Amino acid sequence: MSEIKSIAETEEEIVDEFSLFDSWDEKYEYIIDMGKKLKPLEDEHKKDENKIKGCQSTVWMVSELKDGKVYYRAESDAVIVKGLVSMLIRVLSGHAPQEIINAKLDFIDKIGMKQHLAQTRSNGLLSMVKQMKLDATVYQAKAGMN
Amino acid sequence: MVNSASLCLCGEKMIQTLEHTAFDVQAIRQHFPVLNRVVKGKPLVYFDNAATTQKPQVVIDALADYYKNYNANIHRGIHSLAEEATAAYEATRDTVQQFIHAKEREEIIFTRGVTESINLVAYTWARTNLKAGDEIIISGMEHHSNIVPWQLIGEMTGAKLKVIPVNDSGELIMEEFHQLLTEKVKLVSVVHASNSLGTINPVKEIIDAAHKVGAVVMIDGAQSTVHLDIDVQELDCDFFAISSHKVYGPTGIGVLYGKRALLEAMPPFMGGGEMIKDVSFEKTTWNDLPYKFEAGTPNIADTVALKAALDFVSGIGKATIRQHEDALLKYATEQLQSIDGIRLIGTAKQKVSVASYVVEGVHPQDLGILLDNQGVAVRTGHHCTQPLMNRFGIPGTTRASFAMYNTKEEVDVMIAGLHKAIKLLR
Repeated sequence: MSEIKSIAETEEEIVDEFSLFDSWDEKYEYIIDMGKKLKPLEDEHKKDENKIKGCQSTVWMVSELKDGKVYYRAESDAVIVKGLVSMLIRVLSGHAPQEIINAKLDFIDKIGMKQHLAQTRSNGLLSMVKQMKLDATVYQAKAGMN
Repeated sequence: MVNSASLCLCGEKMIQTLEHTAFDVQAIRQHFPVLNRVVKGKPLVYFDNAATTQKPQVVIDALADYYKNYNANIHRGIHSLAEEATAAYEATRDTVQQFIHAKEREEIIFTRGVTESINLVAYTWARTNLKAGDEIIISGMEHHSNIVPWQLIGEMTGAKLKVIPVNDSGELIMEEFHQLLTEKVKLVSVVHASNSLGTINPVKEIIDAAHKVGAVVMIDGAQSTVHLDIDVQELDCDFFAISSHKVYGPTGIGVLYGKRALLEAMPPFMGGGEMIKDVSFEKTTWNDLPYKFEAGTPNIADTVALKAALDFVSGIGKATIRQHEDALLKYATEQLQSIDGIRLIGTAKQKVSVASYVVEGVHPQDLGILLDNQGVAVRTGHHCTQPLMNRFGIPGTTRASFAMYNTKEEVDVMIAGLHKAIKLLR
């Protein structure tokens, strides 16, 4: 398991992948492709308590702690959001709670997708990042109590 | 010359008429500096006019001119600048009066916009006149700003909310309205033109029928004022609400028109300076109309610039603008219908220039993002009309809304963008 990349390394990897694209069209094509490839969440998980509601689109997310690492799975009704979600999972999933809490996630800015975290988008992505970190905080707090 | 009586012309006749008018869209575009913007490397195509219109240079100049040359607090100042500022502020009131053909200038109250205008009526007229057992009628296509204030007043007074249903074309089912309209109804508040669908409602019929049972009628003119000729005396509505920023004017300023007798009888909305005649700790008397409803230092600069916007629209002529916009709507509607899997939401016979649509298997937000990528600004989502979206069984739509400066070529850019986006997304 030592081959697992750090959060920063995966962020860097994504930034490199996006640097190959010259146009916005290509960037979005790639994100849409990732969105389409994201493994769908089972219907049983698509319930209100897992819902991160935005103004326009919805994200459902579940997480679990296994061997001290947090694993996330998520889905959205909008495919571009799904692509962005898929990148967040790729970056954060499988890491220790403290690493997730500390993650800067500035790759989103570097690949030119910062606007999707802006308030105006109201698409739940910003709430998703917060929820991912919140889950990690909860797991860490629980671990601290044991 | 153009037929100014028609609200929504259809057919070839309109195109011919358009060609025969002197309307030069390229010349119009020169007045709007923001239209030179480049977005994501593409020329801006601004189709979000139902949310807010862009501002002509004369409006921007009027704002700057006020601050540069005669900024002062109005009404009580004795110095020259205060006199100039007061004159300019009050000149806008006269212009608004003419623009909507109100009987008296005192019936024009400046507010922050339609939302505040509706809330003003809710918290003054409705709060003091409604009681348990009374009913308020609204329609199924209201913006949240014409739903929520009445729900709040309903909770305070015990008055019940009744809703005129909407048919599949996005028109009000008028038979149902007439059935809802009993002696219990004290207020009818409906939108003149729907922001989500474009539907122009038969407000004259609604007003006349409501008056027969003694109900007061409020019309939400947020979308209609920019497109239709507004004559509040002919409509005989009791209240009419306008937002400046949807009529090429600045944000943060709007109008409540109210019939004098109603405004006189209403208590003030907010207390403060300007709205009083005499203040003592024992008793305060209210100022005359319209100042009774304009507490505090008003939004002088934006009010002054609103006059420039209304003069600009009147100078071109609403009938001429409407013909251009109707032609664009017809063209856009035809082009949209040619796209596989598209469903137009709002196909009323009488419409302002709003084209709302959903594409099978495609989320509106994804479409909005990819259209923005082509430089095309549309609005996606529920447009603050969630009950209406539920009526159509959809979470939201993609909405293109047209203004005087939009062109057929811009519609082509949106259609090409849509084809590209749909191909990627499906």
